[in-house]
Order: sequence, then structure tokens, then C-alpha cells
Amino acid sequence: MSDERKSSPSPTLARRKKDELTAEERFFAASQWELMWRKFRKHKLALASGVVLIFLYAIAVTFEFWAPYGPISEQGLINMRPTRIHFRNEEGKFVGPFVYGIEQVVDMETFKRVPVEDKDVTYPIRFFVHAEPYKLWGLFETDRHFFGAGEGKVLLVGTDELGRDLFSRILAGSRISLSVGVVGVAISLVLGSFFGGIAGYYGSWADLIISRAIEFIGSIPNLPLWMLLASIIPLDWPVVRVYFMTTIIISLLTWVGLARVVRSLLLQLRTMDYVKAAQLAGASDMRLIIDHLLPGMLSYLIVQVTIAIPNTILAETALSFLGLGMRPPAVSWGVLLRAAQNVQNIVLRPWMLAPAIVVIVTIFVFNFVGDGLRDAADPYK
Amino acid sequence: MINYLIRRLGTTLITVLVLSYTIFAIVQIPPGDAVDRQVRLRQTQGDVVTREEIETLRAQYGLDRPILVRYYQWIRGFLVGDLGRSTSGRRVNDLIAERLPQTVALAVAGLIITYAIGIPVGIYSATHQYSAGDYIANSISFIGMSVPGFLIGIILLYLFYKWFGLSIGGFFSVEYKSAPWSWARLQDLINHLWVPLFVVAVGSTGGLIRTMRATLLDELSKQYVMTARAKGVPMRKLLLKYPVRLALNPIIASIGHIFPYLLSGQVVIAIVLNLPVLGPLLNTALTNEDIALSSSILLIQSLLAVFGTVVSDVLLAVLDPRIRFERGAH
Repeated sequence: MSDERKSSPSPTLARRKKDELTAEERFFAASQWELMWRKFRKHKLALASGVVLIFLYAIAVTFEFWAPYGPISEQGLINMRPTRIHFRNEEGKFVGPFVYGIEQVVDMETFKRVPVEDKDVTYPIRFFVHAEPYKLWGLFETDRHFFGAGEGKVLLVGTDELGRDLFSRILAGSRISLSVGVVGVAISLVLGSFFGGIAGYYGSWADLIISRAIEFIGSIPNLPLWMLLASIIPLDWPVVRVYFMTTIIISLLTWVGLARVVRSLLLQLRTMDYVKAAQLAGASDMRLIIDHLLPGMLSYLIVQVTIAIPNTILAETALSFLGLGMRPPAVSWGVLLRAAQNVQNIVLRPWMLAPAIVVIVTIFVFNFVGDGLRDAADPYK
Repeated sequence: MINYLIRRLGTTLITVLVLSYTIFAIVQIPPGDAVDRQVRLRQTQGDVVTREEIETLRAQYGLDRPILVRYYQWIRGFLVGDLGRSTSGRRVNDLIAERLPQTVALAVAGLIITYAIGIPVGIYSATHQYSAGDYIANSISFIGMSVPGFLIGIILLYLFYKWFGLSIGGFFSVEYKSAPWSWARLQDLINHLWVPLFVVAVGSTGGLIRTMRATLLDELSKQYVMTARAKGVPMRKLLLKYPVRLALNPIIASIGHIFPYLLSGQVVIAIVLNLPVLGPLLNTALTNEDIALSSSILLIQSLLAVFGTVVSDVLLAVLDPRIRFERGAH
């Protein structure tokens, strides 16, 4: 990189077409975003995490298709361990993935339900099958599912105490859990840019008041306050309203982080020569903000947002886990984790820990992407 | 210094007042109060509740007076140490007194562990950059920072049970729960304590390792370090005398953030690990609309957090003359 910089780019660079440029010239002609993308691409872990993230959100948007069963339909097998998927039949011949018929028999000594495979009945696992009908986004009525075993049961992660398929429920929960992150951060971004913007742009007493408020909110333990705010959501509210209320409550405390960043970035940028020059040339406040200040801080803001999203997801998970955020019949990862609240439950049904693993993977993926973006946005690296 | 202290205490007092009123006001928002709940409960049991009875109950709980009056009474009660009565009929003082020492002890112990592990490991990481130890420290701090304690707690609960057949919840085993203090009981407490401590402190420790490493790396690349090395000052002496001292400043400042973080993190962890601290009590109080209890716990937790911030600010002013003078000049 340092060698490339020694020669200066040719002056007519901007006039020539892109494919005529040499690699070196392209580096100098690249926009800020192109440079960021180049650096981000080198961070393999971040790149892979970005792909996983897109994949997760794609599933969350269309989970009805990927889940073999509906999130609240009962499969008749209660507290079932994950189904074994076989590839070879009794004679050891490879016949592709299939499951045996399964029945739960009560063991007369321990009084536990024990699953017994009926080796005479086999159900092949097929893709793009017709199964439980659903309405995608409330618009398209269909009964296609990504996979299924017809009359047999493929319970990839097991079932809960009502016999609902946990795998389908985790996929269904991703819609609420993953979107809370985006919606919550969108709200706190609005609040944060507004207050942080006023404080950083106008300074003086507005800055003083807003900084004190930020400090004040930052000094209270978040979770207890969230619990308090969430506890006043009436129990009889419909799911959608509880969802928005929970999201708003979470953003009420998370905006301060974004406001702090916006404020300090603006304070820094305002002293820059190019901003002062624009101001002296008579640029209006709006023009100054949109044309000069915003481009200067956008990349940092995107990094902050990527870091804030997993924290919001975790806040929802913790609140729902406590029974104060989302609650049944809504399905979110925190709601699912309620089944893993005590050790007896986990020991009897370890598969109920699966949502915790999904949450952890999501958080990791977000953090890796955030790390990659942070490095990519830093021009000095 | 005195000037600075007075100013700092003044702003703290205002913070506490705003905070207490906010808590009190939010707790009042839900429609229906403790009396409504009691009436509903008695009606489902077949009791007939008269209007006069409701009025008497209201007056008894003081619910018939305006909010500012009730706030004043509550805060005055708080100051003289009378927190009122929980809806369960027990005194809030007793309920909180049972759990407050453990809550503070757990947060303070978590803080001590955070510093005892975070600072040395951070120094090691910075001085042995890109070594195997640095990578291990980095990965662990990354996990600690991103995975919340309660999820780590749930998974540890399961693994301990599966591998060692141990139940790690609570502070004591069943047989020692109400036994008098003895060496065996202390041993039992220690056996139970290190898992919650680990879970509570893992996040803040990870954060501290990262800050320590980053600030120290910045300092180490400065020229005064090279000069001192060139003059023959041994690395260890140099390290502790200058860069570490400088790197400690932002870390002292972080007590103010770490302490509320520890108190906050405790809440869910305590529910998972079944610890007798304030968190689970707050959860039940909030679900039962037990206003006297929940508002008291919230205020105490917030006060502890504010107290942590004040301590860190004062420590910082003691350590760093720049802060004293800068603030004093205003």
C-alpha cells in the first residue's frame, strides 16, 4: 500500500472510464465506500459472518417455509428428544434420509415417557413437500415447506411440554428476536441522532443539558429499569402492541450510547477546516449537516449501529426470559428460553438449551461483522 | 479538591432526587393498584367486598392522597429507614435486609475479581502482543463481553450437572442452608460462590482486559518508553512506573460503568442460579405490582450505582490533578 502511494494519480483520472484505469489508479479513484468494502473483504471472519447474518435474516422473513411445522401446532409427542435421522435401512443399504415411526411408551419403572422407534414403518424425508397450510406475510396462501416426512415426524431439536416442534419454534422466534434488534436500534438511532445532534451541533447550554441527561441515564442500572418499564405493559394487550412497546422501552435506554457517539463526532467535525469554510461561505445549517457533516460520520454511525443491534436483541431476550417482555402466545428466543430456567428442566430436556445457542451464535456473528466494519471504517489502519 | 467534592455531591443529590421521583412515578402508571388486586382476589374466593372496605384499604395503604404527597412520604420513610409494607404483609425493610448484604457482596466481589484478573491479564496481553497467551485472553474476553452472563449461567448449570452431578445453584447446599456457621459451611459457600462470581464478572473482566490492552499498547509505542529502554531501565520497572499508571486512569473511570453493569447483570443471573439477592425479589415484586417493595429495591439499586460513579469520580480526581484543576477553575 505504501508503495502505491508514492506516485501521484494522473490529473485526468476523473474523466476516464472506470475499466481503463490501472489497479493503482482505481485505488485512488475509489470512493470512501469502495475503500471500506475492500478492507472489509480482507477480514475473512467478518465476511463469513456477514453472509451468515444475511442468511439468518432471510430465514426470519420467510420462516413459515423453512419450518416443517407451525410454531404452535402440537405434534402429539411431548418432551421428545430430537428425532434420529437414518440413512441406511435395516439391511444396511443406503436409501437416503428417513425417519422411523415413533411412539412414546411410559416406562413402568421410572414413569418417564420413552420414545420407541417402530422399525417397520419408515418415512422418507423429502424436500418442498406439501404440509400444514400457512399464509406467508398474511398474503400468499400455500402449504409448501422446505422439508418434511409426510406422516412421520422430523423433530430436529425435539419438542416442548406441549409437543410443539422446537426447531420450528426457534425459526419462528427469529422473526421477533431479530427484528427487535433492527427496529429498536432504528428508534434509538432517531432519538440518538436528534439529541446527540443538537448537543454536538449547537453546543452551549443545549449540550450541557443533553450531556447531563445522557450521563444520568448511563448511570442507572439498565436491566432493573427495563424490567420496571416492561412490567407496566398490560397483560391483555395483543402481541403486536406488546412487541412495539417492548421495543420502544428498550430503545428508551439504548439511545444514549448512539447520542454520545453522534455528539462527540459532531464536536470533532465542527472544528474541521472544510466545515468552517462552508459555514463562512454562507451554507445553511441544513446544507452543512447534510452535505458536510453527515458524510463524515456515516461510516462510524454504521459501525455503532451494528454493535447496538445485538445488545438490543439481548435486552429483549433477557426481558422475555423474565416474563416481562414478549410472552406466549408470542414466540421469541427469550420466550423459548423460559423453559430452561431451572436446572431440573434442563437436565430432563437438554434440547431446551438450543435457543440459547442460537442467541449466542447470532450475537457472535453480529460482533464479528461489527469488528470488521470498525476496522474497515478506520482510515488510519 | 474540597470545591470539587462539594460540586460533585451537589450534582449527585440532584441526580438522586430526579431518579427517585422517576422511579416512583413509573411504578404508579399501571391501571389498578394493590387494593384492586386484593379485592379481585377476594372476589374470586367468593367474598363480598363493600365500597367502604375498599375505601378503608385505600386509606390504609395511603392510596387516596395525591402523588406528590405520597412521594414525599415515601422518600421521608426511605430516609428514616421505614420503607412501608409489602403486599405480602411483611415489612419491606426486613425483606430487603435479608438480601441486601449478599447483593452488595456479590457486586463488590465481582468488581474485585474484574480488577484482579483484568489488569494483570491486560498488561500481559499488551506486552506479549500476538503471542498464544494474547490470543487466548482476547478470545475469552470476546466471549465474555458478547455472551450475557445468564446464558453462560444456564449452560454452566447444565454442564456441571452432567459432568459432575453437581447442582451449583444457590449459595448453600440443602444440608447447610440453615445450619450454624462452621468450617464445613464456609467451605460449602465457597464451593457455590465461584460459579456465580465467574458468571457475574466474566463480561466486565473481558471489557477491562480489552481496555487495558488497548491503552497500554498506545502508551508502549510512545517515545518516552523507548527513551527509558534505551537508557537501560528494566522493562518491568519501566512498565509499572509509567505506562501502567497512565493506562489505569480510564480504568478507574470505568468503575462508574462497571458497578451498575454488575448490579444489572446480577438480576437475571440470580434468577437462573437461584441466588438470594435483590434481583429475583424485584422480579416477583414487579409481577405482583408490589409497589412499596419494587420501588424500594429499584431505588436502592440505583443508589448503589450512583454511589459507584461518585467513588470512581473522586478516585479519579485524587489520582489525576488535571481533573481537579480543570473542574475547580470553572
